[in-house]
Amino acid sequence: MNKLGKILSNINRQVIYLLVFLVVALPMILGIKAKVTVTEPVRKAYEFIDSLPPGSFILIGIDYGPSTFPEMNPMLYALLRHAFKKNLKVGILALQNAVNIPIGSQVLRAVAKEYGKKYGIDYVNLGYKPGWDAVIVSIGREIRDVFPEDAFGTPLDSLPITRNIHNYDDIALVIDLASGGTWASWIQFAQARFGVPVIIGVTAVMGPESYPYLQSGQIKGLIAGLKGAAEYETLIHHPYLGVRGMPAQSGVHILIILLIFVGNIGYLLQKRSKT
Amino acid sequence: MRKEIPFLISALTAMFAVLAFFIPHKPFGGLQQKMLVWYSVVTGVAMLIGVESLLNNHYKRIRRRENILYSSFLIFGFLITFVLGVYSIRKYGDAFAPNSPFMFIFNYAEVPLQSTMFALLAFFIASAAYRAMKIRTVEASLLLAAAVIVMLGRVPAGAQLWSGMPKFAEWIMEIPNLAAQRGILIGVALGSVGMSLRIILGIEKPYLR
Repeated sequence: MNKLGKILSNINRQVIYLLVFLVVALPMILGIKAKVTVTEPVRKAYEFIDSLPPGSFILIGIDYGPSTFPEMNPMLYALLRHAFKKNLKVGILALQNAVNIPIGSQVLRAVAKEYGKKYGIDYVNLGYKPGWDAVIVSIGREIRDVFPEDAFGTPLDSLPITRNIHNYDDIALVIDLASGGTWASWIQFAQARFGVPVIIGVTAVMGPESYPYLQSGQIKGLIAGLKGAAEYETLIHHPYLGVRGMPAQSGVHILIILLIFVGNIGYLLQKRSKT
Repeated sequence: MRKEIPFLISALTAMFAVLAFFIPHKPFGGLQQKMLVWYSVVTGVAMLIGVESLLNNHYKRIRRRENILYSSFLIFGFLITFVLGVYSIRKYGDAFAPNSPFMFIFNYAEVPLQSTMFALLAFFIASAAYRAMKIRTVEASLLLAAAVIVMLGRVPAGAQLWSGMPKFAEWIMEIPNLAAQRGILIGVALGSVGMSLRIILGIEKPYLR
Protein backbone atom coordinates (compact mmCIF):
# COMPACT_ATOMS: atom_id res chain seq x y z
CA MET A 1 0.00 0.00 0.00
CA ASN A 2 2.76 2.37 1.02
CA LYS A 3 4.71 1.57 -2.17
CA LEU A 4 1.67 2.15 -4.39
CA GLY A 5 0.95 5.39 -2.53
CA LYS A 6 4.51 6.56 -3.13
CA ILE A 7 4.32 5.75 -6.86
CA LEU A 8 0.99 7.56 -7.25
CA SER A 9 2.26 10.59 -5.30
CA ASN A 10 5.51 10.92 -7.20
CA ILE A 11 4.71 10.86 -10.89
CA ASN A 12 7.61 12.39 -12.75
CA ARG A 13 7.09 15.98 -13.87
CA GLN A 14 8.23 15.12 -17.40
CA VAL A 15 5.51 12.45 -17.66
CA ILE A 16 2.88 15.06 -16.74
CA TYR A 17 4.27 17.48 -19.35
CA LEU A 18 4.17 14.74 -22.00
CA LEU A 19 0.55 13.91 -21.12
CA VAL A 20 -0.44 17.60 -21.36
CA PHE A 21 1.25 17.84 -24.74
CA LEU A 22 -0.59 14.75 -26.00
CA VAL A 23 -4.06 15.79 -24.81
CA VAL A 24 -3.61 19.21 -26.45
CA ALA A 25 -2.03 18.04 -29.69
CA LEU A 26 -3.99 14.88 -30.44
CA PRO A 27 -7.52 16.39 -30.59
CA MET A 28 -6.17 19.09 -32.91
CA ILE A 29 -4.34 16.62 -35.16
CA LEU A 30 -7.27 14.20 -35.27
CA GLY A 31 -9.80 17.02 -35.81
CA ILE A 32 -12.07 15.92 -32.96
CA LYS A 33 -15.23 18.02 -32.65
CA ALA A 34 -17.07 19.08 -29.50
CA LYS A 35 -20.61 20.36 -28.91
CA VAL A 36 -20.54 23.72 -27.13
CA THR A 37 -23.16 24.65 -24.52
CA VAL A 38 -23.94 28.38 -24.34
CA THR A 39 -23.93 30.00 -20.89
CA GLU A 40 -26.01 32.98 -19.76
CA PRO A 41 -23.24 35.65 -19.60
CA VAL A 42 -22.28 35.04 -23.25
CA ARG A 43 -25.90 34.83 -24.37
CA LYS A 44 -26.57 38.21 -22.73
CA ALA A 45 -23.65 39.76 -24.65
CA TYR A 46 -24.91 38.27 -27.91
CA GLU A 47 -28.49 39.38 -27.34
CA PHE A 48 -27.46 42.93 -26.49
CA ILE A 49 -25.36 43.30 -29.65
CA ASP A 50 -28.10 41.65 -31.67
CA SER A 51 -30.61 44.20 -30.40
CA LEU A 52 -28.61 47.22 -31.61
CA PRO A 53 -30.10 48.99 -34.64
CA PRO A 54 -28.05 48.79 -37.88
CA GLY A 55 -25.67 51.74 -38.25
CA SER A 56 -24.99 52.00 -34.49
CA PHE A 57 -21.38 52.84 -33.65
CA ILE A 58 -19.61 50.43 -31.31
CA LEU A 59 -16.16 50.89 -29.82
CA ILE A 60 -13.95 47.85 -29.24
CA GLY A 61 -10.95 48.11 -26.91
CA ILE A 62 -8.11 45.82 -27.98
CA ASP A 63 -6.45 45.52 -24.62
CA TYR A 64 -4.73 42.17 -24.89
CA GLY A 65 -1.25 41.45 -26.15
CA PRO A 66 0.51 38.64 -27.99
CA SER A 67 0.70 36.47 -24.85
CA THR A 68 -3.09 36.08 -24.61
CA PHE A 69 -3.60 36.32 -28.37
CA PRO A 70 -4.70 32.64 -28.82
CA GLU A 71 -7.36 33.00 -26.13
CA MET A 72 -8.63 36.47 -27.00
CA ASN A 73 -8.40 36.69 -30.78
CA PRO A 74 -11.25 34.19 -31.35
CA MET A 75 -13.51 36.55 -29.34
CA LEU A 76 -12.61 39.47 -31.59
CA TYR A 77 -13.29 37.42 -34.74
CA ALA A 78 -16.69 36.33 -33.45
CA LEU A 79 -17.72 39.81 -32.23
CA LEU A 80 -16.66 41.50 -35.47
CA ARG A 81 -18.47 38.90 -37.58
CA HIS A 82 -21.63 39.51 -35.58
CA ALA A 83 -21.23 43.30 -35.76
CA PHE A 84 -20.64 43.38 -39.53
CA LYS A 85 -23.45 40.90 -40.14
CA LYS A 86 -25.71 43.35 -38.27
CA ASN A 87 -24.29 46.31 -40.24
CA LEU A 88 -22.94 48.00 -37.15
CA LYS A 89 -20.13 50.57 -37.43
CA VAL A 90 -16.98 49.51 -35.61
CA GLY A 91 -14.15 51.53 -34.10
CA ILE A 92 -11.14 49.95 -32.43
CA LEU A 93 -8.67 51.50 -30.01
CA ALA A 94 -5.97 50.29 -27.63
CA LEU A 95 -5.35 51.74 -24.18
CA GLN A 96 -3.15 49.13 -22.54
CA ASN A 97 -0.26 48.77 -24.96
CA ALA A 98 0.69 50.03 -28.42
CA VAL A 99 1.38 46.52 -29.73
CA ASN A 100 -2.25 45.58 -29.20
CA ILE A 101 -3.30 47.70 -32.14
CA PRO A 102 -1.68 45.58 -34.89
CA ILE A 103 -3.36 42.50 -33.40
CA GLY A 104 -6.77 44.14 -33.59
CA SER A 105 -6.26 45.81 -36.94
CA GLN A 106 -5.21 42.56 -38.63
CA VAL A 107 -8.38 40.81 -37.45
CA LEU A 108 -10.49 43.86 -38.30
CA ARG A 109 -9.11 44.03 -41.85
CA ALA A 110 -9.63 40.28 -42.39
CA VAL A 111 -13.24 40.25 -41.13
CA ALA A 112 -14.10 43.51 -42.91
CA LYS A 113 -12.90 41.92 -46.17
CA GLU A 114 -15.14 38.89 -45.56
CA TYR A 115 -18.18 41.17 -45.28
CA GLY A 116 -17.15 43.70 -47.94
CA LYS A 117 -16.84 46.58 -45.44
CA LYS A 118 -14.87 49.74 -46.20
CA TYR A 119 -12.39 51.62 -44.03
CA GLY A 120 -13.62 55.03 -42.89
CA ILE A 121 -17.23 54.16 -43.74
CA ASP A 122 -17.90 50.94 -41.84
CA TYR A 123 -14.90 50.69 -39.56
CA VAL A 124 -12.10 52.81 -38.17
CA ASN A 125 -8.86 52.25 -36.30
CA LEU A 126 -8.28 54.94 -33.68
CA GLY A 127 -4.88 53.65 -32.58
CA TYR A 128 -3.25 53.71 -29.16
CA LYS A 129 -3.25 56.32 -26.38
CA PRO A 130 -1.48 55.95 -23.01
CA GLY A 131 -3.13 56.72 -19.65
CA TRP A 132 -6.35 54.76 -19.99
CA ASP A 133 -8.34 56.32 -17.13
CA ALA A 134 -7.75 59.80 -18.54
CA VAL A 135 -8.60 58.71 -22.08
CA ILE A 136 -11.83 57.00 -21.03
CA VAL A 137 -13.00 60.07 -19.09
CA SER A 138 -11.99 62.44 -21.90
CA ILE A 139 -14.04 60.52 -24.49
CA GLY A 140 -17.05 61.39 -22.32
CA ARG A 141 -16.56 65.05 -23.21
CA GLU A 142 -15.23 64.89 -26.79
CA ILE A 143 -13.45 62.00 -28.48
CA ARG A 144 -11.36 64.47 -30.52
CA ASP A 145 -9.68 65.67 -27.30
CA VAL A 146 -7.80 62.37 -27.18
CA PHE A 147 -8.18 61.00 -30.69
CA PRO A 148 -8.15 64.01 -33.05
CA GLU A 149 -7.10 61.64 -35.87
CA ASP A 150 -7.32 57.95 -36.62
CA ALA A 151 -4.28 55.64 -36.44
CA PHE A 152 -3.16 56.79 -39.92
CA GLY A 153 -3.32 60.52 -39.24
CA THR A 154 -6.67 61.22 -40.92
CA PRO A 155 -8.75 63.76 -38.93
CA LEU A 156 -11.91 62.21 -37.50
CA ASP A 157 -14.01 64.90 -39.21
CA SER A 158 -12.75 63.67 -42.60
CA LEU A 159 -14.03 60.13 -42.06
CA PRO A 160 -17.76 59.50 -42.64
CA ILE A 161 -17.89 56.95 -39.81
CA THR A 162 -16.60 59.33 -37.12
CA ARG A 163 -17.88 62.67 -38.44
CA ASN A 164 -20.86 62.62 -36.07
CA ILE A 165 -19.21 60.77 -33.19
CA HIS A 166 -18.35 63.15 -30.35
CA ASN A 167 -18.80 61.38 -27.02
CA TYR A 168 -20.53 58.43 -25.36
CA ASP A 169 -23.95 59.80 -26.39
CA ASP A 170 -23.03 58.76 -29.94
CA ILE A 171 -21.57 55.39 -28.98
CA ALA A 172 -24.09 52.55 -28.65
CA LEU A 173 -21.77 50.13 -26.91
CA VAL A 174 -18.22 49.72 -25.62
CA ILE A 175 -16.68 46.24 -25.73
CA ASP A 176 -13.37 45.82 -23.95
CA LEU A 177 -11.34 42.72 -24.75
CA ALA A 178 -8.82 42.79 -21.96
CA SER A 179 -6.08 40.77 -20.37
CA GLY A 180 -5.23 43.59 -17.93
CA GLY A 181 -7.05 46.18 -15.85
CA THR A 182 -8.64 48.36 -18.55
CA TRP A 183 -12.04 46.65 -18.36
CA ALA A 184 -12.54 47.89 -14.79
CA SER A 185 -11.87 51.48 -15.88
CA TRP A 186 -14.39 51.23 -18.72
CA ILE A 187 -16.97 50.12 -16.13
CA GLN A 188 -15.98 52.72 -13.50
CA PHE A 189 -15.83 55.70 -15.85
CA ALA A 190 -17.57 55.03 -19.17
CA GLN A 191 -20.46 53.01 -17.73
CA ALA A 192 -20.91 54.38 -14.20
CA ARG A 193 -20.27 58.04 -15.05
CA PHE A 194 -21.54 58.38 -18.62
CA GLY A 195 -24.00 55.49 -18.78
CA VAL A 196 -22.69 53.84 -21.94
CA PRO A 197 -23.44 50.08 -22.10
CA VAL A 198 -20.32 47.95 -21.65
CA ILE A 199 -19.58 44.32 -22.54
CA ILE A 200 -16.30 42.74 -21.53
CA GLY A 201 -14.27 39.87 -22.90
CA VAL A 202 -11.53 38.64 -20.59
CA THR A 203 -9.16 35.71 -20.20
CA ALA A 204 -10.56 32.63 -18.44
CA VAL A 205 -8.61 33.30 -15.24
CA MET A 206 -10.04 36.83 -15.06
CA GLY A 207 -13.64 35.62 -15.54
CA PRO A 208 -14.54 35.02 -11.87
CA GLU A 209 -13.63 38.56 -10.77
CA SER A 210 -15.97 40.07 -13.40
CA TYR A 211 -19.14 38.32 -12.20
CA PRO A 212 -20.15 40.99 -9.62
CA TYR A 213 -20.40 43.56 -12.43
CA LEU A 214 -22.59 41.24 -14.48
CA GLN A 215 -25.00 40.63 -11.62
CA SER A 216 -25.19 44.35 -10.81
CA GLY A 217 -26.05 45.10 -14.46
CA GLN A 218 -22.96 47.28 -14.97
CA ILE A 219 -21.93 45.06 -17.86
CA LYS A 220 -24.39 43.81 -20.43
CA GLY A 221 -22.54 40.56 -21.02
CA LEU A 222 -19.36 38.68 -20.26
CA ILE A 223 -17.23 36.53 -22.55
CA ALA A 224 -14.52 34.66 -20.66
CA GLY A 225 -11.70 32.68 -22.20
CA LEU A 226 -11.61 30.42 -25.22
CA LYS A 227 -14.83 28.75 -24.03
CA GLY A 228 -16.59 32.13 -24.11
CA ALA A 229 -15.36 32.68 -27.67
CA ALA A 230 -16.55 29.19 -28.64
CA GLU A 231 -19.98 29.97 -27.18
CA TYR A 232 -20.19 33.21 -29.14
CA GLU A 233 -19.16 31.41 -32.33
CA THR A 234 -21.94 28.89 -31.67
CA LEU A 235 -24.47 31.71 -31.26
CA ILE A 236 -23.50 33.37 -34.55
CA HIS A 237 -23.39 29.96 -36.28
CA HIS A 238 -19.82 30.49 -37.37
CA PRO A 239 -17.59 27.91 -35.62
CA TYR A 240 -13.98 29.00 -35.81
CA LEU A 241 -10.88 29.11 -33.56
CA GLY A 242 -12.80 28.92 -30.26
CA VAL A 243 -14.85 25.84 -31.19
CA ARG A 244 -11.75 24.23 -32.70
CA GLY A 245 -9.87 24.65 -29.42
CA MET A 246 -12.59 23.10 -27.23
CA PRO A 247 -11.58 19.39 -27.55
CA ALA A 248 -8.00 20.28 -26.52
CA GLN A 249 -9.26 22.34 -23.59
CA SER A 250 -11.60 19.50 -22.56
CA GLY A 251 -8.67 17.10 -22.70
CA VAL A 252 -6.46 19.25 -20.47
CA HIS A 253 -9.23 19.85 -17.92
CA ILE A 254 -9.99 16.11 -17.70
CA LEU A 255 -6.28 15.31 -17.44
CA ILE A 256 -5.85 17.78 -14.56
CA ILE A 257 -8.86 16.27 -12.76
CA LEU A 258 -7.42 12.76 -13.22
CA LEU A 259 -4.02 13.91 -11.97
CA ILE A 260 -5.63 15.47 -8.87
CA PHE A 261 -7.55 12.23 -8.30
CA VAL A 262 -4.41 10.07 -8.66
CA GLY A 263 -2.40 12.44 -6.43
CA ASN A 264 -5.06 12.25 -3.72
CA ILE A 265 -5.29 8.44 -3.82
CA GLY A 266 -1.52 8.33 -3.38
CA TYR A 267 -1.75 10.83 -0.51
CA LEU A 268 -4.52 8.85 1.25
CA LEU A 269 -2.71 5.53 0.83
CA GLN A 270 0.47 6.97 2.31
CA LYS A 271 -1.49 8.55 5.17
CA ARG A 272 -3.22 5.24 5.96
CA SER A 273 0.04 3.29 5.98
CA LYS A 274 1.58 5.86 8.34
CA THR A 275 -1.32 5.60 10.83
CA MET B 1 11.35 71.85 1.10
CA ARG B 2 12.33 68.60 -0.60
CA LYS B 3 9.54 66.88 1.30
CA GLU B 4 6.99 69.69 1.51
CA ILE B 5 6.77 70.57 -2.21
CA PRO B 6 6.09 67.00 -3.44
CA PHE B 7 3.54 66.63 -0.61
CA LEU B 8 1.77 69.87 -1.61
CA ILE B 9 1.67 68.85 -5.30
CA SER B 10 0.33 65.42 -4.41
CA ALA B 11 -2.29 66.66 -1.89
CA LEU B 12 -3.56 69.54 -4.05
CA THR B 13 -3.74 67.40 -7.20
CA ALA B 14 -5.68 64.69 -5.38
CA MET B 15 -8.07 67.21 -3.81
CA PHE B 16 -8.71 68.94 -7.15
CA ALA B 17 -9.35 65.56 -8.79
CA VAL B 18 -11.90 64.64 -6.11
CA LEU B 19 -13.58 68.08 -6.30
CA ALA B 20 -13.70 67.95 -10.10
CA PHE B 21 -15.41 64.55 -9.97
CA PHE B 22 -18.20 65.80 -7.70
CA ILE B 23 -18.45 69.37 -9.10
CA PRO B 24 -18.20 69.01 -12.89
CA HIS B 25 -18.76 72.79 -13.40
CA LYS B 26 -16.38 75.72 -13.91
CA PRO B 27 -13.64 76.08 -12.80
CA PHE B 28 -13.30 72.43 -11.69
CA GLY B 29 -14.66 70.81 -14.89
CA GLY B 30 -12.11 72.59 -17.11
CA LEU B 31 -9.36 71.93 -14.62
CA GLN B 32 -10.14 68.23 -14.70
CA GLN B 33 -9.73 68.19 -18.51
CA LYS B 34 -6.36 69.91 -18.14
CA MET B 35 -5.27 67.42 -15.49
CA LEU B 36 -6.30 64.54 -17.72
CA VAL B 37 -4.12 65.92 -20.51
CA TRP B 38 -1.20 66.26 -18.07
CA TYR B 39 -1.84 62.71 -16.92
CA SER B 40 -1.60 61.43 -20.52
CA VAL B 41 1.60 63.41 -21.08
CA VAL B 42 3.15 62.15 -17.82
CA THR B 43 2.18 58.54 -18.73
CA GLY B 44 3.81 58.93 -22.16
CA VAL B 45 6.99 60.37 -20.64
CA ALA B 46 7.00 57.62 -18.00
CA MET B 47 7.11 55.05 -20.83
CA LEU B 48 10.18 56.77 -22.29
CA ILE B 49 11.83 56.75 -18.87
CA GLY B 50 10.99 53.04 -18.62
CA VAL B 51 12.74 52.32 -21.95
CA GLU B 52 15.77 54.35 -20.89
CA SER B 53 15.91 52.59 -17.51
CA LEU B 54 15.62 49.12 -19.08
CA LEU B 55 18.37 49.77 -21.63
CA ASN B 56 20.62 51.42 -19.07
CA ASN B 57 20.19 48.54 -16.64
CA HIS B 58 21.11 45.92 -19.24
CA TYR B 59 23.98 48.02 -20.59
CA LYS B 60 25.41 48.16 -17.04
CA ARG B 61 25.03 44.40 -16.70
CA ILE B 62 27.01 43.86 -19.91
CA ARG B 63 29.75 46.17 -18.61
CA ARG B 64 29.81 44.23 -15.33
CA ARG B 65 29.88 40.98 -17.37
CA GLU B 66 26.70 39.62 -15.73
CA ASN B 67 24.36 37.57 -17.95
CA ILE B 68 26.00 39.07 -21.03
CA LEU B 69 24.10 36.84 -23.44
CA TYR B 70 20.60 37.68 -22.18
CA SER B 71 21.28 41.41 -21.82
CA SER B 72 22.94 41.62 -25.25
CA PHE B 73 19.99 39.79 -26.78
CA LEU B 74 17.57 42.26 -25.17
CA ILE B 75 19.47 45.29 -26.46
CA PHE B 76 19.90 43.69 -29.89
CA GLY B 77 16.17 42.88 -30.01
CA PHE B 78 15.28 46.43 -28.99
CA LEU B 79 17.55 47.96 -31.63
CA ILE B 80 16.31 45.66 -34.42
CA THR B 81 12.67 46.41 -33.54
CA PHE B 82 13.35 50.14 -33.28
CA VAL B 83 15.26 50.32 -36.58
CA LEU B 84 12.65 48.26 -38.44
CA GLY B 85 9.88 50.37 -36.89
CA VAL B 86 11.49 53.61 -38.08
CA TYR B 87 12.19 52.07 -41.52
CA SER B 88 8.57 50.87 -41.80
CA ILE B 89 7.24 54.33 -40.90
CA ARG B 90 9.48 55.95 -43.53
CA LYS B 91 8.70 53.43 -46.27
CA TYR B 92 5.05 52.48 -45.57
CA GLY B 93 3.91 55.52 -43.60
CA ASP B 94 2.97 53.31 -40.62
CA ALA B 95 4.95 50.75 -38.61
CA PHE B 96 1.85 48.57 -38.43
CA ALA B 97 1.29 48.49 -42.23
CA PRO B 98 0.40 44.90 -43.28
CA ASN B 99 3.59 44.12 -45.28
CA SER B 100 6.08 46.16 -43.28
CA PRO B 101 9.22 44.50 -41.82
CA PHE B 102 8.09 45.65 -38.37
CA MET B 103 4.88 43.64 -38.71
CA PHE B 104 6.93 40.68 -39.95
CA ILE B 105 8.93 40.46 -36.73
CA PHE B 106 5.81 41.23 -34.73
CA ASN B 107 3.82 38.38 -36.32
CA TYR B 108 6.62 35.83 -36.60
CA ALA B 109 8.75 36.57 -33.52
CA GLU B 110 6.89 38.46 -30.81
CA VAL B 111 3.47 36.81 -31.12
CA PRO B 112 4.73 33.17 -31.17
CA LEU B 113 7.29 33.84 -28.41
CA GLN B 114 4.84 35.48 -26.05
CA SER B 115 2.07 32.97 -26.81
CA THR B 116 4.49 30.11 -26.15
CA MET B 117 5.56 31.61 -22.83
CA PHE B 118 1.92 31.93 -21.79
CA ALA B 119 1.07 28.43 -23.04
CA LEU B 120 3.77 26.96 -20.79
CA LEU B 121 1.42 27.78 -17.91
CA ALA B 122 -0.75 24.80 -18.90
CA PHE B 123 2.17 22.44 -18.19
CA PHE B 124 3.04 24.09 -14.88
CA ILE B 125 -0.59 24.28 -13.74
CA ALA B 126 -1.12 20.57 -14.46
CA SER B 127 2.00 19.67 -12.48
CA ALA B 128 1.18 22.09 -9.63
CA ALA B 129 -2.44 20.90 -9.37
CA TYR B 130 -1.27 17.28 -9.11
CA ARG B 131 1.16 18.12 -6.31
CA ALA B 132 -0.73 20.78 -4.33
CA MET B 133 -4.47 20.01 -4.50
CA LYS B 134 -4.80 17.50 -1.67
CA ILE B 135 -7.82 16.80 0.54
CA ARG B 136 -5.94 17.63 3.75
CA THR B 137 -8.76 19.63 5.40
CA VAL B 138 -12.51 20.13 4.95
CA GLU B 139 -11.88 23.55 3.39
CA ALA B 140 -9.35 22.11 0.94
CA SER B 141 -11.83 19.35 0.01
CA LEU B 142 -14.55 21.94 -0.68
CA LEU B 143 -12.17 23.96 -2.81
CA LEU B 144 -11.15 20.86 -4.70
CA ALA B 145 -14.77 19.83 -5.34
CA ALA B 146 -15.64 23.35 -6.60
CA ALA B 147 -12.55 23.38 -8.85
CA VAL B 148 -13.42 19.99 -10.38
CA ILE B 149 -17.04 21.03 -11.05
CA VAL B 150 -16.02 24.37 -12.61
CA MET B 151 -13.26 22.73 -14.69
CA LEU B 152 -15.72 20.17 -16.02
CA GLY B 153 -18.56 22.65 -16.45
CA ARG B 154 -16.41 25.03 -18.50
CA VAL B 155 -15.66 22.49 -21.25
CA PRO B 156 -17.91 20.52 -23.63
CA ALA B 157 -16.78 17.22 -22.10
CA GLY B 158 -18.49 18.21 -18.82
CA ALA B 159 -21.86 18.64 -20.55
CA GLN B 160 -21.40 15.26 -22.22
CA LEU B 161 -20.79 13.60 -18.84
CA TRP B 162 -23.85 15.23 -17.28
CA SER B 163 -26.09 17.79 -19.02
CA GLY B 164 -26.52 19.76 -15.78
CA MET B 165 -22.77 20.25 -15.31
CA PRO B 166 -22.48 23.67 -17.09
CA LYS B 167 -25.43 25.03 -15.05
CA PHE B 168 -23.92 23.71 -11.82
CA ALA B 169 -20.56 25.33 -12.69
CA GLU B 170 -22.36 28.57 -13.55
CA TRP B 171 -24.18 28.45 -10.20
CA ILE B 172 -20.80 28.16 -8.40
CA MET B 173 -19.53 31.16 -10.37
CA GLU B 174 -22.67 33.25 -9.81
CA ILE B 175 -23.36 32.54 -6.12
CA PRO B 176 -20.43 31.37 -3.93
CA ASN B 177 -17.73 32.86 -6.19
CA LEU B 178 -19.61 36.12 -6.56
CA ALA B 179 -20.10 36.44 -2.79
CA ALA B 180 -16.36 35.98 -2.21
CA GLN B 181 -15.40 38.29 -5.08
CA ARG B 182 -17.75 41.00 -3.85
CA GLY B 183 -16.26 40.77 -0.36
CA ILE B 184 -12.75 41.08 -1.81
CA LEU B 185 -13.82 44.03 -4.01
CA ILE B 186 -15.36 45.90 -1.08
CA GLY B 187 -12.24 45.23 0.96
CA VAL B 188 -9.97 46.45 -1.83
CA ALA B 189 -12.12 49.57 -2.37
CA LEU B 190 -12.06 50.47 1.33
CA GLY B 191 -8.32 49.85 1.40
CA SER B 192 -7.85 52.12 -1.63
CA VAL B 193 -9.91 54.90 0.01
CA GLY B 194 -7.84 54.56 3.19
CA MET B 195 -4.55 54.59 1.28
CA SER B 196 -5.65 57.59 -0.81
CA LEU B 197 -6.57 59.52 2.34
CA ARG B 198 -3.19 58.68 3.88
CA ILE B 199 -1.44 60.03 0.76
CA ILE B 200 -3.62 63.18 0.59
CA LEU B 201 -2.99 63.90 4.27
CA GLY B 202 0.74 63.24 3.92
CA ILE B 203 0.78 60.28 6.35
CA GLU B 204 2.08 58.06 3.56
CA LYS B 205 4.59 59.41 1.02
CA PRO B 206 5.30 56.62 -1.52
CA TYR B 207 6.54 59.20 -4.08
CA LEU B 208 9.50 60.08 -1.84
CA ARG B 209 10.84 56.51 -1.70
